[in-house]
Amino acid sequence: MADPVANTGSTATTPDGGVDNLIQVENLEVRFYTQVGVVRALNGVDFNIPRGQVLGVVGESGSGKSITGLSIMQLVPRPGRVEGGRILYKDKPDSKTINILDLGRQSDEMRAIRGDDIGMIFQEPMTSLNPVFKVGAQIQEAILLHQTPNKQEAWDRAVDILDKVGMPNARRVANSYPHELSGGMRQRAMIAMALSCSPNLLIADEPTTALDVTTEAQILSLMRDLQSEIGTSIMFITHNMGVVAQMCDEVAVMYLGRIVERATVDDIFYDPKHPYTISLLRSIPRLGQKRGQRLEVIKGGVPDPYSTVTGCPFHPRCPSFMPGLCDTVLPIEAFIEGKTNHTVRCHLYPGCTPDSDQAVTGVSGTIPTTSKAQ
Amino acid sequence: MASTAGVAQDLRQAAKDKKKDVGQMSQWQLMARRFMQNKLSVLGLLILLGLYVLAAFSGFLAPYQFNELDSNNVFTSPTGISFAGGRPSVCGQSQVLNEELLEYEYVEDCSKRYPIQFFVRGFEYKLLGLFPTNWHLFGVSQAGAPVDEATGKPQEIKLFLFGADNQGRDMLAQILQGARVSLTVGLIGVGIATILGSVLGTASGYFGGFIDNVMQRTIELISSIPQIPLWAALAAALPREMSVVRRYILITVVLSLVAWTGLARQVRGKVMGYRSLDYANATRAAGGSHTRIILTHMLPNAVSHIVVVAALAIPGAILAETALSFLGLGMLRPAVSWGVLLRDAQSVQVVMDYPWLMIPAVLVIITLTCYQFLGDGLRDAVDPYS
Amino acid sequence: MVNFIARRLIAMVITLLFISIIAFFLIELPPGSALDAELLRLRSRGGNLSLSQVRELEERFGVHDPWQEKYFKWVGGLFRGDFGYSFRYSREVGPLIAGRLGFSLLLAGTSLLFAWLVSIPLGVYSATHRNTIPDYIITTIQFVGVAVPEFLLALVLMVFAARFLGADVGGLFSRQYEAAPWSWGKVWDLMKHLWLPVIVVSAGSTAWLTRVMRANLLDVLNAQYVQTARAKGLKENAVVWKHAVRNALHPLIMTLGGVLPALIGGEVIASIVLNLPTAGPLFIEALRNQDMYLAITFLMFTSVLLVIGNLLADLLLAWVDPRVRLE
Ligand SMILES: Nc1ncnc2c1ncn2[C@@H]1O[C@H](COP(=O)(O)OP(=O)(O)O)[C@@H](O)[C@H]1O
Ligand SMILES: [Mg+2]
Repeated sequence: MADPVANTGSTATTPDGGVDNLIQVENLEVRFYTQVGVVRALNGVDFNIPRGQVLGVVGESGSGKSITGLSIMQLVPRPGRVEGGRILYKDKPDSKTINILDLGRQSDEMRAIRGDDIGMIFQEPMTSLNPVFKVGAQIQEAILLHQTPNKQEAWDRAVDILDKVGMPNARRVANSYPHELSGGMRQRAMIAMALSCSPNLLIADEPTTALDVTTEAQILSLMRDLQSEIGTSIMFITHNMGVVAQMCDEVAVMYLGRIVERATVDDIFYDPKHPYTISLLRSIPRLGQKRGQRLEVIKGGVPDPYSTVTGCPFHPRCPSFMPGLCDTVLPIEAFIEGKTNHTVRCHLYPGCTPDSDQAVTGVSGTIPTTSKAQ
Repeated sequence: MASTAGVAQDLRQAAKDKKKDVGQMSQWQLMARRFMQNKLSVLGLLILLGLYVLAAFSGFLAPYQFNELDSNNVFTSPTGISFAGGRPSVCGQSQVLNEELLEYEYVEDCSKRYPIQFFVRGFEYKLLGLFPTNWHLFGVSQAGAPVDEATGKPQEIKLFLFGADNQGRDMLAQILQGARVSLTVGLIGVGIATILGSVLGTASGYFGGFIDNVMQRTIELISSIPQIPLWAALAAALPREMSVVRRYILITVVLSLVAWTGLARQVRGKVMGYRSLDYANATRAAGGSHTRIILTHMLPNAVSHIVVVAALAIPGAILAETALSFLGLGMLRPAVSWGVLLRDAQSVQVVMDYPWLMIPAVLVIITLTCYQFLGDGLRDAVDPYS
Repeated sequence: MVNFIARRLIAMVITLLFISIIAFFLIELPPGSALDAELLRLRSRGGNLSLSQVRELEERFGVHDPWQEKYFKWVGGLFRGDFGYSFRYSREVGPLIAGRLGFSLLLAGTSLLFAWLVSIPLGVYSATHRNTIPDYIITTIQFVGVAVPEFLLALVLMVFAARFLGADVGGLFSRQYEAAPWSWGKVWDLMKHLWLPVIVVSAGSTAWLTRVMRANLLDVLNAQYVQTARAKGLKENAVVWKHAVRNALHPLIMTLGGVLPALIGGEVIASIVLNLPTAGPLFIEALRNQDMYLAITFLMFTSVLLVIGNLLADLLLAWVDPRVRLE
């Protein structure tokens, strides 16, 4: 993977003061009411996506990245429910802020946002296109829904956008069925579909995980080009730090349904604060690493989603574990001194340990999961 | 999603009783555990076991012989039981002369009651087909029965829990006897079909090539003839005159002759999947014989699936026997099965007048539904991801 | 495409040829013939048939020929539109059965249509409203529906219709139309009689298809492309009906070939109970009386239906799913 130094994102101008956030997520909580018990998938997630920027969301699988993306679309699958928080969305810098969660899941307003304002790409290119419809028709469907009622025009636009995502012979591709395309081509078609209505935000959920390295590089460079061309913001979900380095302006690190560190991509790579982030970075191979030196793995595994961890959820695996503190008190989010916005949730840093009366609310954030006895 | 929840549930369940780690449990234990969690299937299994026990003890449970004719009790409706005086008892009958027809008729006469007794002696039978005895669960005390004026003998006071049929035969006794046939014909038929299907399916899937080709065409051919007409034609080809036991055996064969194709197809698919797996190749490379590979690697792996497919095939076979007997092509009197009994209930008029003749149908439905629940539960237990 | 159909048609003819041999052998198998029964009947009426007369009759109908010979005679006759002779009814099989087969087909076809029209919406509703009370009700009815034998349902419905609807149950026509030529009144009368047998015959298939539809749709609704469709901003109805249902129809279509003969099987039983003038009861009668040409004609007819149903299913599948190629 490329050296992080080379790529710091193309539009990495950190906004100061009056930040123009396209999306601002506040204290988002999502729970799954399964037969076995309640799964707390997201426990108060806060982040924002500045207009025109690329936010990387990283974390091990199961940390809640996909659910975060789906929450923005109001597409959390059953038996999941968004239980709290706000998702503020601003269509244009001067338009009114709306809380997406206030819209009904099936309301016309919400459906107008889906596909038109916010597009989404999924991890599995093999299964994210409907096998029984032509690729062109599936893109045309989105355009007909949001842009023009004219079928021919929509079809032409679909072909155009396929051309734009670098499909050789876009006309033929539009007329083929998904099973006739390779994985990379399908993912390009998905990108075309997601971008067909020029959305303000593109949520890309591990778009390259299922692809081989060469195809991955092509897709990433395509997304970067399109991003700078259209000016779309991207929420780029991945578990691959190398991809983050190539793609993102800002990074949010997730662990067990919480964001544990937020910073610019430079800060994440050169000045990581949270022990989890540090371990994540250590686990990627680097150029110049001594031969024979072992790659580090984070010890332990992600805990069972049904069980409860008191205190900092990372403490059982943390190399800097402080007994008596980390296993009892949930750290709160605090700013790190510096020129850029850099926040962390870890008792190692000042401001993260709540004072005693706040500690009560902090701990109450981890109500033991009430697993319904079967 | 439900299935992932199911798996998670297993893990949790296992984690709860800390005695055993899921990782250490055998595949069978895991399946058994998943099966036990499906309440409907367990209920189905319990009801079925109950029915089989009833059938096994039919002689003990029935107060009268199933083929005992009684011209005094043609179409007698289920006897009312009263608990007056704290003991269950039945009403007697009194004989009145119909002046117009100049015949004796029987009307219920509750002026005298006959108590029901438990563990009484009655007709001879063999308990479980082995031990000759004449003990029965219940009977009616005959003390004080009036004398029949036509015959001069004391009247027999009878208890027909489920009524009597057009020849005065006790429906309860017939249903219990019929259960022996109806509950086993399908089971044995599917058993034979399973053996046939497993052997042929394994051979077909394992050897492939010519054998497979012939087998597949044969199966296609058989399944190109609609099942029920084919079953009917096969059953009709059986000679009419033969012993009950022979007919029973031949009907099971008829059932299995059609049912094996589906099983063979499933087994073939499984075996073909296994054939390409590494361990089969490894065994072959190590010089293992075909038989060895099939017996030690493929069959054990396919067994759980064979069981599931077989279980799902049982209700069809039971229904087929009922339908054939109902049409007069399956079991025939003097043999009794639920289908044979339902032959008497073919017309609306009969059903409206003597609804108790439909009791066997209720039992058919219960049996089939339970088998379906059972099969579904087995499938989910074996293959939680499907 | 044309190539595919042509090859399938050839395969069909070969299959049917084999089936006819098997079926013929099967029906020839039991000893005795319908002629014996017929002779017995004549004798019992006091008719004094001489031995030579019997010989002549046996000769004429080839009773003592080996079965292969009879088979070829029969197949030869088929090409001339001669389906053989029914001893029991003393008539040619062709005209005897033709009208009844028509009603069989009408009943099976209507039932098939009914089963699909009911099971698809029910299955979709059940799957999209999983674990709600209507879903539980539908699921329970399904389980019982598969388990209830046709004849029982037929009886229960008939009792119900006779008692509460005052409907004229049994048969396909009212008495005044039975022998009347076709007219609108007769068609309407047919409709009034048809609904009950249709429900009876299609109940099992409907229940089963609903179950299949529900299970498939549940699978498909978890598919990524359904989420993609939602992410486009489509209405949930469009997501379900356009994107999901079409993919869930697969196994339903594959069973089309099997459902048709299952319906015919149900028709046989329902017709006996409901006293319908279809071919089913004739078939059972024929089997019981060793009236072989009648029986085999029916058996072949249902096999032809099944084979055609399978071909239709294949074509339909290719039309619904582009991944299935016909070559
Ligand atoms: N359908 C579901 N049922 C129950 N729990 C779920 C479901 N989907 C997701 N979750 C829970 O939500 C958590 C976050 O999932 P997800 O966002 O998919 O993780 P990621 O995308 O980071 O790998 C998981 O740990 C899982 O426990
Ligand atoms: Mg994910």
